[in-house]
Amino acid sequence: MDDFIAARSQMALSLGFHIIYSCIGMVMPVFMAISHYKWIKTKDPIYKNITIAWSKGVAIFFATGAVSGTMLSFELGLLWPTFMKHAGPIFGMPFSLEGTAFFIEAIALGFFLYGWNKLNTWFHWVTGVVVGVSGIASGILVVSANAWMNSPSGFDYVDGKYTNIDPVKAMFNAAWFSESLHMTIAAFSATGFAVAGIHALMIYRKRNIQFHTKSFKIAIIFGATAAILQPLSGDISAKDAAKRQPAKLAAMEAYFHTQEYAPLVIGGIPDTATKKVNYGLEIPGLLSFLVHDNFKTPVNGLDKIPVKDQPPVAITHYAFQIMVGIGTLMMFIGIIYFIALFKKKSWFNKAWFLKLFIVATPAGFIALEAGWTVTEVGRQPWIIQGVMRTSEAVTKMPGIQYTFYLFTFIYFTLSVFVIFLLKRQIQMVPELYDR
Amino acid sequence: MLYVVILFLFAAITLYFLLGGADFGAGIIELFTSTDNKHRTRKTMYQAIGPIWEANHMWLIITVVVLFVGFPVIYSEMCTYLHIPLLILLLGIIARGTAFTFRNYDAIKDENTQNFYNHMFVYSSFVTPLFLGIIAGSALSGQIDPTAKTFAGAYIFSWFNWFSVSVGFFTVALCGFLAAIYIVGESKEIADTKRYIKKAKIMNVAAVICGALVFTAAYFENVHLANWIFGNKIGVTVVVLATLSLVWLWMIISAQKNRQWIRLLAAFQVSMILIAVGHTRFPRFIIFKDGSSMSLLTDHASGKTIDDLAIGLMVGSLFILPALGYLYYSFQKKER
Ligand code: HDD
Ligand code: HEM
Ligand code: HEM
Repeated sequence: MDDFIAARSQMALSLGFHIIYSCIGMVMPVFMAISHYKWIKTKDPIYKNITIAWSKGVAIFFATGAVSGTMLSFELGLLWPTFMKHAGPIFGMPFSLEGTAFFIEAIALGFFLYGWNKLNTWFHWVTGVVVGVSGIASGILVVSANAWMNSPSGFDYVDGKYTNIDPVKAMFNAAWFSESLHMTIAAFSATGFAVAGIHALMIYRKRNIQFHTKSFKIAIIFGATAAILQPLSGDISAKDAAKRQPAKLAAMEAYFHTQEYAPLVIGGIPDTATKKVNYGLEIPGLLSFLVHDNFKTPVNGLDKIPVKDQPPVAITHYAFQIMVGIGTLMMFIGIIYFIALFKKKSWFNKAWFLKLFIVATPAGFIALEAGWTVTEVGRQPWIIQGVMRTSEAVTKMPGIQYTFYLFTFIYFTLSVFVIFLLKRQIQMVPELYDR
Repeated sequence: MLYVVILFLFAAITLYFLLGGADFGAGIIELFTSTDNKHRTRKTMYQAIGPIWEANHMWLIITVVVLFVGFPVIYSEMCTYLHIPLLILLLGIIARGTAFTFRNYDAIKDENTQNFYNHMFVYSSFVTPLFLGIIAGSALSGQIDPTAKTFAGAYIFSWFNWFSVSVGFFTVALCGFLAAIYIVGESKEIADTKRYIKKAKIMNVAAVICGALVFTAAYFENVHLANWIFGNKIGVTVVVLATLSLVWLWMIISAQKNRQWIRLLAAFQVSMILIAVGHTRFPRFIIFKDGSSMSLLTDHASGKTIDDLAIGLMVGSLFILPALGYLYYSFQKKER
């Protein structure tokens, strides 16, 4: 494997895992705070048990999130020293604020996990809320750093030199809002569906029904709401991408030729040699409408982009189709949930209803990974859009493939461990929380 | 503003060394505790560091962030030539962090898996500070050679040399020392306290031996360590203060009074060592084989970055420091 590919794969792998841990670490504290609140208000011990059970999950995910994040902050330098040399001072602002947010999160988590029966009830509750709020804040901050890579601003690039650096402007770049919004909603829908799915499985197997029904409800209300909002925010993201990264948009849509009444291509196999999409479903004018709110206005295609600046079309297109496909399904499942909640209570006990959520357990996370693939692969060959190429940024140390193998091994082991621990956590629910 | 950033950088490094170091030490002590007492030691340690341990490791993140935002050239240079030790450091951090959490939060506490976590925790607690020390030693040892033609010359001998490795062992011993002193204040039974004091003594001796090793290695590797430290007034003063505080420390420990003082003195002693080295090398952060160096005063970010970073750090610490203080306070108080 060549060093450059190895470095890219290692980065993708590390981020791909970190995002799972961090999304859960971001959203679970919110669920936890809700059930904690319900316990304080209703004194129903089930809510206390849920809170404690979830807080153990939070602790596990926080630890894995923290170590994988620590690795990332080193990997940025270990793999992309040239990038960090120039980008660090420009897009570092969100990272330093993020450091503050993490710190507060870690402190609050210390209070929360060890504070049972020691702290004032409401102070204890607030520490849990602070864990959630600072987690979400760090997520938003780090995504605005990523947004800067997509839409660099806050500096002048003259003759290969970066001058007039303004980190605050860089942080509030053109993409930060749409990306952070979409990401935060994604975290809620992915985690909400995953948590709800696991509890649905337990209800289905008739284990501790009360405990799992209450947990299911808290998780799915967030999950379903987020899933319904997701396509709306996705539309904002796509319009944004069309403006700042036409090459990415064209690759997402596998849209080769600039034309009026630009069609939206659903599915299909893009062929870069013949510049055609085989077996796809074309809806004329829809792409124009989605991008420009007008069926006629032409949309820029890949033919407007020099070949050496084009991202890999196939991967970007497939990933985009996966994300949107799953997103649409999740939206419908979310709608079904709300119909059940407001109109058809009887559905809650139906096997098909539970099965639907069981099947959807991993859906959000698959969409999440696919979405990041769109964002990151769609930015190629640039590491900083239009300014620095990824190949210029990579470290000069040879032998990166070995560190890539090593990291692959570690991440898989880590995931096996986390799954093992969660399984044992769930296995112990009857003994620990069923009194 | 640049000085504010540098101050935060040194503060973060020192605090990581003191707090994270005591954490690492907990594992090191466990490694050298006889099987009979392991369980109790582990429990005492756990109660002491459980609530604060995630926070202790934040100082490393702060250090890295300040480096890559404020001193990107230094950061990318370190990441290139010290890639391998940094990688091993990371592996240690992963193993330690996960083992520590997993062994506590595993819902089923059977012997086999607990043993596995314990092993992982203990060995990684040794490896992590070892490589932390190696990295620090390498930055100063002048073995980093950007002109090297071979892989080994550029990426291995930069850190795999007598000086760096002995700094590594010195770091391990200091961490063990810090942890032993810390835990003296936590134990509730006299027998335990005695045992921990003995541990602290052993670690102290180990630190002195490793310290001697560092000076010897420095001599053979042509690092003018003795010169740096004893060649100026502040260096000498700091060393004298550290030694005096050590004598004082052992006087109070033997009298078994005032536990907070013992901790403060140990922390003081270790910070003095860091200050001695930091001061004499300031503003150089990395020294290369050809004698040139990277300096905190010249190789920093330009434009508004340093100002914004300084403001960010100051505002951030307004939130963090009181919260952190309250965290330590709360979990100290409940011990009484
Ligand atoms: C639960 C996960 C999830 C779901 C269901 C969706 N997305 Fe998404 N999407 C993400 C999770 C995600 C993500 C992983 O979070 C990304 C990557 C970067 C980002 O900010 O969000 C993303 C990026 C992303 C981008 C690229 C933005 C950029 O590069 O700046 C677009 C255009 C869309 N999404 C559009 C959509 C549409 C139209 C959806 C319709 C249903 C959709 N997404 C569902
Ligand atoms: C967490 C979700 C993320 C995922 C799953 C992800 C995924 C990926 C993937 C697949 C690549 C490789 C692209 C390629 O080489 O074709 C990549 C590259 C990279 N990403 Fe991300 N990314 C994420 C977020 C971020 C964030 C938040 C940042 C920075 C702030 C970032 C920085 C980078 C860098 C520096 C590279 C390497 C250079 C490049 O290939 O462009 N990523 N990421
Ligand atoms: C989209 C991408 C990302 C998101 C949403 C995200 C979010 C988070 C969150 C919420 C946490 C807190 C841990 C938890 O509660 O489980 C975390 C941890 C961490 N992340 Fe990320 N992160 C992303 C990418 C990155 C990148 C690219 C870096 C490095 C440059 C990074 C560095 C860190 C660090 C250092 C931690 C550990 C802090 C701690 O100990 O809590 N993250 N991340």
